Amino acid sequence: MTLELHGVSRIVDGQEHIRPTDLRLERGTMNVLLGPTLSGKTSLMRLMAGLDRPSQGRITWDGRDVTGLRVQDRQVAMVYQQFVNYPSMTVFDNIASPLRLMGVARPEIDRRVRETAEMMKLTSMLTRRPLELSGGQQQRCALARALVKNAGLVLLDEPLANLDYKLREELRVEIPRIFEASGAIFVYATTEPEEALLLGGNTATVWEGRVTQFGPTPQVYRQPVDATTARVFSDPPMNFLPVVKSGGRIAFDQGQGASAGLAAGLPDGRYLAGFRPNHLAIRQPAPDAWRFDARLVVTELTGSETFVHLDHHGRRWVGLVHGVHDLPLGRVLPVWLEPRHVYIFGEDGRLVTPAAYAAAA
Amino acid sequence: MAKITLDNLAHSYLPRPAGPDDYALKELNHDWEDGGAYALLGSSGCGKSTLLNIISGLLVPSQGRILFDGRDVTQALTAERNIAQVFQFPVVYDTMTVRDNLAFPLRNRGRPEAYVAERVAEIAAMIGMEHMLDRKARGLTADAKQKISLGRGMVRKDVNALLFDEPLTVIDPHMKWELRTQLKKLHHDFGHTMIYVTHDQTEALTFADKVVVMYDGRVVQIGTPQELFDRPEHTFVGYFIGSPGMNLLPAEVSGREARVPGGTMPLLHEYRGLSGRVQVGVRPEHVRLSAGHGLPVSIRRIEDVGRHRIIRADLMGHDLNIIAPEDQAIGADMTRAVFDPARVNVYADDWRVKAA
Repeated sequence: MTLELHGVSRIVDGQEHIRPTDLRLERGTMNVLLGPTLSGKTSLMRLMAGLDRPSQGRITWDGRDVTGLRVQDRQVAMVYQQFVNYPSMTVFDNIASPLRLMGVARPEIDRRVRETAEMMKLTSMLTRRPLELSGGQQQRCALARALVKNAGLVLLDEPLANLDYKLREELRVEIPRIFEASGAIFVYATTEPEEALLLGGNTATVWEGRVTQFGPTPQVYRQPVDATTARVFSDPPMNFLPVVKSGGRIAFDQGQGASAGLAAGLPDGRYLAGFRPNHLAIRQPAPDAWRFDARLVVTELTGSETFVHLDHHGRRWVGLVHGVHDLPLGRVLPVWLEPRHVYIFGEDGRLVTPAAYAAAA
Repeated sequence: MAKITLDNLAHSYLPRPAGPDDYALKELNHDWEDGGAYALLGSSGCGKSTLLNIISGLLVPSQGRILFDGRDVTQALTAERNIAQVFQFPVVYDTMTVRDNLAFPLRNRGRPEAYVAERVAEIAAMIGMEHMLDRKARGLTADAKQKISLGRGMVRKDVNALLFDEPLTVIDPHMKWELRTQLKKLHHDFGHTMIYVTHDQTEALTFADKVVVMYDGRVVQIGTPQELFDRPEHTFVGYFIGSPGMNLLPAEVSGREARVPGGTMPLLHEYRGLSGRVQVGVRPEHVRLSAGHGLPVSIRRIEDVGRHRIIRADLMGHDLNIIAPEDQAIGADMTRAVFDPARVNVYADDWRVKAA
C-alpha cells in the first residue's frame, strides 16, 4: 500500500496549521515525523488517519482517493502518548477488542491475539489486567491492540514520551523489529532527534506546519537541505557562525580560515556556517582546523563526555567533547573546528555545500 | 540555604512493616551539603518520590529524622520548611499574567514592590519570557507554563532548598538544553541547595555535582557523574547510567584474568577470594571491534545515532554492545571484540569488588 499526500493543507480559524504538503509513504516503511511541539506532527497524522479533512489537496491510498473517507472506513491504527487500555479487561481482551468490533471469527481472534502477544512479549501477561502491568508493558499492550488489526497504516504519536528513560531505550530497539514483522506503513512522531536516528527508516522534519525535508533518516541528518532542518535534527542544536567568502579564504568575526576544500566552487559572498556540537574540539584536532576564542558559560558532565556551553561574540554554541574536563567558567578558551565538518548555508538558509565528511559518508 | 541531614530515615506505607521488602524507602543516612546540587535518579517505583516528599514535608517518615541545619523538622509542615518546589506538570494561575505569577511568592511574603519588580525582571530574562510578562498564563503552551513554574520556584533567594520533581518532562528537547543550562548557571551564581528528581540520566548527570542512584527503595550509589560512569558500585548503576548501559558477562576471575564466554580477558588488577555470582562489567565505550585478536562476536545490527554508532553484537549467546566512532569503517572482517583492561569492573552478587 502507498499513502500519498498531494498538496494537502489544513487551515483552522484562518490559521495555516499545515502548509501545502506532498508526501509519499511506501508499504513496509518506517516514517518518522520529527519536530518540536506544535510544529504540526499530530495535525499531519490526523489528516493521514482521516480524523481531520484537508482544507486543500487530496490523499490517496494505492492511487485511490480517500480524502473524504471516514476514519472508521480506513485501515488505520493509532497509538497515543497516553497509553489507552480498557482497565477492566484482561490483556487478551484488550488486544482482541478491535477484532471483535470487526466481527472476526473466534478461532481467528484467538490465533491473531496470541501471535501479536508473542511478538510484543506479552504472552505470559494475557490473563492480567493493564493496571497490574508495568508502564512499558501497558504501552506494549496498547501497541499490540493497534497491530492486531493488520491495519495498513499505523500511526504512533510520541508513544514512548510518558515512559521512563531506560524503558524508552529498550522499546526503541524493539519497535523497528516489530515494525519489520508487520509490513505496514508506520508513521512515528517524536520531538527527539536521537529517537529518529535509532528508529532509522525515513524522516520528515517538520517545522511550523511545513515538512522541510523527507528522505532516508541518516541522509536527512547528514545532508540537511536547509538550516531549519539542521536545527530541528540536532540535539543539542546545531551551532551557527556568519562568514564571508572571498577568494580562497573564509573570514569570520574573529579571523579567517584557509578553506581550499570548502571554498571550491563557492561564489564570493556572505554565508552561514553550521556545525554540530560533537565536531567542536577543545584541542586542535588537525593542522587545518579553525581556531575560535569563546567564553565558557557552563559545563555539564555526563560521566564520559562534557558539554561546553560557549558564548562566541554573542552567539551561543554548544560543544560535546569526549572525556571529563574541568574547565574554568567565565574564561575565554580556544576551541577548534575542522573545515570538513562545516556546512555552508546561504543567507536565505538553503544548504549551499554539505560538510565534506557527510558528503563522503 | 541549609544543610539537610537524613538520620536513620526509612519509610513504609504499611502500618506494621514486617521486613525490608515492606519499606518503600530503606534505611538511609545522608547529608545534603549546603549549596550542593544533587540529583535523585532511578526508575518508577524506586522510592525517589517518597524521599522527596519526606524532605518537602508532604510525608512524615515512619522511622528516623530529617534535619535542616541541625534543626529537627521531621514533624514540620511544608510551609514551615521554607522550601521552593517545582513539579512535573506546571502549576500556574491561569487568570494571572506571567508577571503576577512570577511575583506571587514574593508578594505573598510582603516584599516591597520595587524589589519584586527587579527580581521578576531577572527571572523573566533567565527563562526567556521578558516579552510576554503582560500576557495571561491561560492559553500558553505546556512548556511556557512550566517555564513560569520554574521561574516561580527560583524567584525567592531566601529558601532553604529548591526541590525539582521531574521538572523537564513536558519540555521539548531544545528547550530542555536552555533550561538546564540556566538552572546550572543559577546554581553556580547563587549557590542554592538543589535536589532534582528524575528518571532521565542525562538530566541527572548534567545537572548535579552528586547523583544519588536509587534502586528498589535503596540508595545504591552516591557519586559524581564520572564515578558513576567509571566505577559503578552496583550492576544496576552500570545498567542505568549510559546508553546503552554497561555490558555484563558471566566470569570466573582468578588473579589478573577473567575467563568469560569465548575466551579470557586480561584485568589491570589482581582479584582474590571471590565468591557468589561473578560478572565482569565493561561499558560499550570501552569495547572496540577488531580484525585481529579478541573475543569472537557476530554483529546483529548497527544503529547510526549520528555522533557515533551502536553495534549490537552477540558474544557466545550474550548481548554485547559496542560504541564505534562516527567516522570508523566497520569491515566484514571485524569479528573480534577487544576490551580495555583498565576499564573492566568486577562484580560479585551485583556489587563491585575492589582489587586485592
